[in-house]
Amino acid sequence: MIKAILIFNNHGKPRLSKFYQRYSEDTQQQIIRETFHLVSKRDENVCNFLEGGLLIGGSDNKLIYRHYATLYFVFCVDSSESELGILDLIQVFVETLDKCFENVCELDLIFHVDKVHNILAEMVMGGMVLETNMNEIVTQIDAQNKLEKSEAGLAGAPARAVSAVKNMNLPEIPRNINIGDISIKVPNLPTFK
Amino acid sequence: MALKMVKGSIDRMFDKNLQDLVRGIRNHKEDEAKYISQCIDEIKQELKQDNIAVKANAVCKLTYLQMLGYDISWAAFNIIEVMSASKFTFKRIGYLAASQCFHEGTDVIMLTTNQIRKDLSSPNQYDTGVALTGLSCFVTPDLARDLANDIMTLMSHTKPYIRKKAVLIMYKVFLKYPESLRPAFPRLKEKLEDPDPGVQSAAVNVICELARRNPKNYLSLAPLFFKLMTSSTNNWVLIKIIKLFGALTPLEPRLGKKLIEPLTNLIHSTSAMSLLYECVNTVIAVLISLSSGMPNHSASIQLCVQKLRILIEDSDQNLKYLGLLAMSKILKTHPKSVQSHKDLILQCLDDKDESIRLRALDLLYGMVSKKNLMEIVKKLMIHVDKAEGTTYRDELLTKIIDICSQSNYQYITNFEWYISILVELTRLEGTRHGHLIAAQMLDVAIRVKAIRKFAVSQMAMLLDNAHLLASNTQRNGICEVLYAAAWICGEFSEHLEEANQTLEAMLRPKVTTLPGHIQAVYVQNMVKLYASILQQKEQAGDKEAAQEITQLMIERLPQFVQSADLEVQERASCILQLIKYIQKLQAKEVPVAEEVIALFAGELNPVAPKAQKKVPVPEGLDLDAWINEPPSDSESEDEKPKTIFHEEEQRHSRHRQPEIDEEELARRREARKQEQANNPFYIKSSPSPQKRYQDTPGVEHIPVVQIDLSVPLKVPGMPMSDQYVKLEEERRHKQKLEKDKKKKKQKKEKRGKHHRHNSLHTESEEDIAPAHHVDIITEEMPENALPSDEDDKDPNDPYRALDIDLDKPLADSEKLPVQRHRNVETLKSPDSEAALVEKKSKKPKKKEKKHKEKERDKGKKKEKEKKVVEEEEEEEEKKGEDLDFWLSTAPAPAPAPQAQSEPALGAAVVAEPQEVKKEEREERDDEEEEDEGKKSSKHKKKKHKKEKEEKSKDKKKSKKKSHHSEEEPPESVQNGTLEDEPLPPMSSYRLLAENPFIKMTYDIQGNLQNDSQVTVSVIFENKSTSFLKSMELNVLDSLNTKMLRPEGSSVHDGIPVPFQLPPGISNEAQFVFTLQSIIMAQKLKGTLSFIVKNDEGSTHEKLDFKLHFSCASYLITTPCYSDAFAKLLESGDLHMSSIKVDGISISFQHLLAKICFHHHFSVVERVDSCASMYSRSIQGHHVCLLVKKGENSVSIDGKCNDSTLLSNLLDEMKETLSKC
Repeated sequence: MIKAILIFNNHGKPRLSKFYQRYSEDTQQQIIRETFHLVSKRDENVCNFLEGGLLIGGSDNKLIYRHYATLYFVFCVDSSESELGILDLIQVFVETLDKCFENVCELDLIFHVDKVHNILAEMVMGGMVLETNMNEIVTQIDAQNKLEKSEAGLAGAPARAVSAVKNMNLPEIPRNINIGDISIKVPNLPTFK
Repeated sequence: MALKMVKGSIDRMFDKNLQDLVRGIRNHKEDEAKYISQCIDEIKQELKQDNIAVKANAVCKLTYLQMLGYDISWAAFNIIEVMSASKFTFKRIGYLAASQCFHEGTDVIMLTTNQIRKDLSSPNQYDTGVALTGLSCFVTPDLARDLANDIMTLMSHTKPYIRKKAVLIMYKVFLKYPESLRPAFPRLKEKLEDPDPGVQSAAVNVICELARRNPKNYLSLAPLFFKLMTSSTNNWVLIKIIKLFGALTPLEPRLGKKLIEPLTNLIHSTSAMSLLYECVNTVIAVLISLSSGMPNHSASIQLCVQKLRILIEDSDQNLKYLGLLAMSKILKTHPKSVQSHKDLILQCLDDKDESIRLRALDLLYGMVSKKNLMEIVKKLMIHVDKAEGTTYRDELLTKIIDICSQSNYQYITNFEWYISILVELTRLEGTRHGHLIAAQMLDVAIRVKAIRKFAVSQMAMLLDNAHLLASNTQRNGICEVLYAAAWICGEFSEHLEEANQTLEAMLRPKVTTLPGHIQAVYVQNMVKLYASILQQKEQAGDKEAAQEITQLMIERLPQFVQSADLEVQERASCILQLIKYIQKLQAKEVPVAEEVIALFAGELNPVAPKAQKKVPVPEGLDLDAWINEPPSDSESEDEKPKTIFHEEEQRHSRHRQPEIDEEELARRREARKQEQANNPFYIKSSPSPQKRYQDTPGVEHIPVVQIDLSVPLKVPGMPMSDQYVKLEEERRHKQKLEKDKKKKKQKKEKRGKHHRHNSLHTESEEDIAPAHHVDIITEEMPENALPSDEDDKDPNDPYRALDIDLDKPLADSEKLPVQRHRNVETLKSPDSEAALVEKKSKKPKKKEKKHKEKERDKGKKKEKEKKVVEEEEEEEEKKGEDLDFWLSTAPAPAPAPQAQSEPALGAAVVAEPQEVKKEEREERDDEEEEDEGKKSSKHKKKKHKKEKEEKSKDKKKSKKKSHHSEEEPPESVQNGTLEDEPLPPMSSYRLLAENPFIKMTYDIQGNLQNDSQVTVSVIFENKSTSFLKSMELNVLDSLNTKMLRPEGSSVHDGIPVPFQLPPGISNEAQFVFTLQSIIMAQKLKGTLSFIVKNDEGSTHEKLDFKLHFSCASYLITTPCYSDAFAKLLESGDLHMSSIKVDGISISFQHLLAKICFHHHFSVVERVDSCASMYSRSIQGHHVCLLVKKGENSVSIDGKCNDSTLLSNLLDEMKETLSKC
């Protein structure tokens, strides 16, 4: 089982938090802080597994994370999950984000956290891995977006126009978090099908 | 209309959407909280509007705020509103918000039930999908109960997208509503073979998750998973299955044997590291489960270790980490194979990655031996010095202590070295583990008598340098070692060389800065020291010195009397009084030393930490009962301690000697001041205790010695542990030389047999003798301590509720609650026989069909339809391979039909397997008769059949195994004892009762899953030419043995036999009995009632019988390896008994086979005409036999946990054998 999926940036700001166990909002924040504290002090080039998150789950649990540019993707899992499998899943997740957002960067996650949730929901459901095939995930997401668009129809057009205008002067911050630029090292793993 | 919508959306344009909110928060970095509270107000306004789009937008923003830590549960109702929007866009927003913030405590959640049900059955697959996803996050027991049936329907949805989600969410439903597991399980199992890989993977996922918690219930799925494992190419699925097998193998060693080969193949073939790693992990689990007595698996271990070495040597840190992790699992059972990679593991200690270093440290634990302990610890000590960061250093410290102290200091050859290591460790700054070191010091000093002298000298040194340790008291716990040091010096003061000096060190004013509990120990142990010094001096006749030391005590003790710590204060006051008294006596020149030393006479023995817990509570003692009535609450808590204190004080003064001198007065004055100082209600006149102390009259001023803190950390005179390493090497070298010399002598003396044996062991570590004669005292335990201390399982474990036997047939009451009348086919129709006939009712659906048919055409026989049913049933049977059968090593024969068939069909469908069945039955009959001694008459007939028999022999063999695995114990075949010559055919079925109409034979088998149940299989044979129906079997239960009847029926009800018998046909039914005690054979009276129907009409008949449960029927053939067998015998808690039977003519071979067969034993070992055998009862009694054959007799020695059981078993055996 996956207990939680967290995404936060290099400063510990949460970008996405999904808990598959009930925690109060305060505890959730504590967990995010603790996890950030544990993960951020680790060098690059050390292993991606961490034991000893105190708040979330006890000794059976492990933190498995990857660091892409400015973002940490952390999965907290128990012993029924394969460590290397989850690492791969993170990779699939990020690649899917990349495909859906076209060169994903932190800003995409900041402003479209709902979309990220929707993508994640196609991969992991209730803490269990639902789908690992990226093409399948993207197909489903596209179909849902299409459905959404068709629902918006005429009424949606003005809103879209306004939001386009609003977004025009949005990113003063450079879109430098492009994960496509960063070569992602996958250790000898053929991607799962 | 369209215009209105456009207008609405134009209004909306100026509302903040999620992006605006995020942007706003980013622009208000300084007053974020204020800005957000503003936004929340806006959101509240938006939620009040009717427009669902506005609401959805508001909820979307709330979801974001939830991530930032804001509680949004107040909007739960609005979230439900958005969830029930008709548009997918909004619905999705609603469900997302719900999944983030709903939980079991959300009270409005019950309002969602109908909405969710509607969404689940929506024609739009994404509505359904989003509802399932949402529900997976917030499902409650109520929702699970109400929706389980709907979700189960979705498991067979046409779209795989829905199917896989429905399958996956079932796990959550099971967790919240365990009753749904059994009804839903058959369908879940079906999904393992779904054509869509996603659905299949989901089903594997769910079952793996279930099986991980309660593996034993899922053993029967092993064949299916095995098939999946060998056929699937999906790595996710493979990994899950392989992990599942890792959980199953400990329960079924035979499974492990079967797994080894395919897993090894996968290890060799796969290129996916993740898969390789999981394979290795499971192979390790298999090897652990087989660990006893399987020498031929060393190749697999080697392969695993090899592959792990490759992982560890990889440059990828992740693989390195996992490699070490798996290595530590091997270490537990096969330490030798890991030890050869010591170099690699030591290398990992230098890795820059802390996780990897920690893993390597774990492994070190198992790598140490007497030989290399010093070397390894030395290396660790270097790491300790180098380590940055206290956590890793603390970890190192605990590991050093763990490694050294493991299994009762097994690997320590030189305790002086160990003490000096401990002393060196005290120089660590900022460690949390001072108490750990202290505990070790105490433990070693107390339990290793030989080391006390050395320990005391070291501890004295520590006390002398206490300022170094105590300098940073506030921050760390290293000063804890002073606790140990003080106690050791005090307790073993006779070993102290310069006791005076140590005493003085303990009396230093600086000591008062230590934590209270340490000071208390100081004070107490000062007296011990003082006592021994006193004795020394008196014996030397040095009265002046004795008086001097008394004076010193009197001078210095008052500093403790003023301590704020009650414990210290109390002890110090008492002791000060005592010493003052001694001083008086000394002044009168009375020798006091003997009396003082008598205070501390006697040795303190170590007591095991669990000793107290293990003392059984005496009968009739209620520890929870009040001894006195509880005090009333009216008494104020604050006042209580004060009054007690006063009373004590008064009592104390009453007992005091009448003469009150000046000192006494001073003490009293001081005590009063002390009291005032400690009384929070007293307004203090003097600000600091220091000052007050100086003001106190009658006590001499003690100069406070300034201690130079710049002393180097390495204290001269403290021995370095490194020296010991060298010394130890020299010593070992010397020992070896000496030994060699001795050996040469021996050689000269004996020169022969034993020489070889000795030389083999020269290098083994057992030869390294410890430096001192070490006498490790074992810890004391109370006399009648209870041996086991099982930890109670956590009753709150949510997974325990899912510990459900899935092989049992579904009962009538077990169905998912349905809202509307539908899905009838998934529910069981009432069927009372279901609870009885285990195998048959594994297929509830078919049965139900049958039942319906029966109802529809009530007496008419529609044979065609029934044929269809029968065929289906047979197919089912083919699929439902028995686990035992699957696991047996015999080559897979054609699917064995089970011994139950529809009676009408026995004649109608003459299929081949049924022919075989008939034959088998006939053969059985023959055998039975043979057993009864009617050999001669039937012999001819037998020969006739021999040909036929041989034809079908293979089939039959396997068939038998699949039914009763104990019929031919595979182990004995493996042992090669039984295959030498053909054995006469045997049957375990015995005659139960017989009359002209019917004959019943029966066999009893124990049930390993349940320690209080046996299954009685009864074969009914119709001997008449009439049709037998409405058979009902009833048994008079005894107190001990009861027939398992379906729920709700009384003990006098009979159980219907689930078939009818046409003429000449036989069939088998099974009945389950529960027992309490199994040590005695039992006989139960019973009756079979049935209706005989022929052309003339029908009559009611009865047949009485006696069901005999022999003790042997409680035994289950269990393989046992000879080493485990030997251990069992050595253990000494088995009772022994023996019998001898004369006049045995059959071969030993046959004799063993008979015992194996009739009494459910397996041969452990056979040497000539002597064999050891083993079996186990369903309640876990071990039964060991030693069978010896003489000329014409056989003697059997038995050992068993229970003497009654054993003697009964032996009696039965005697009976069997005397028939031979």
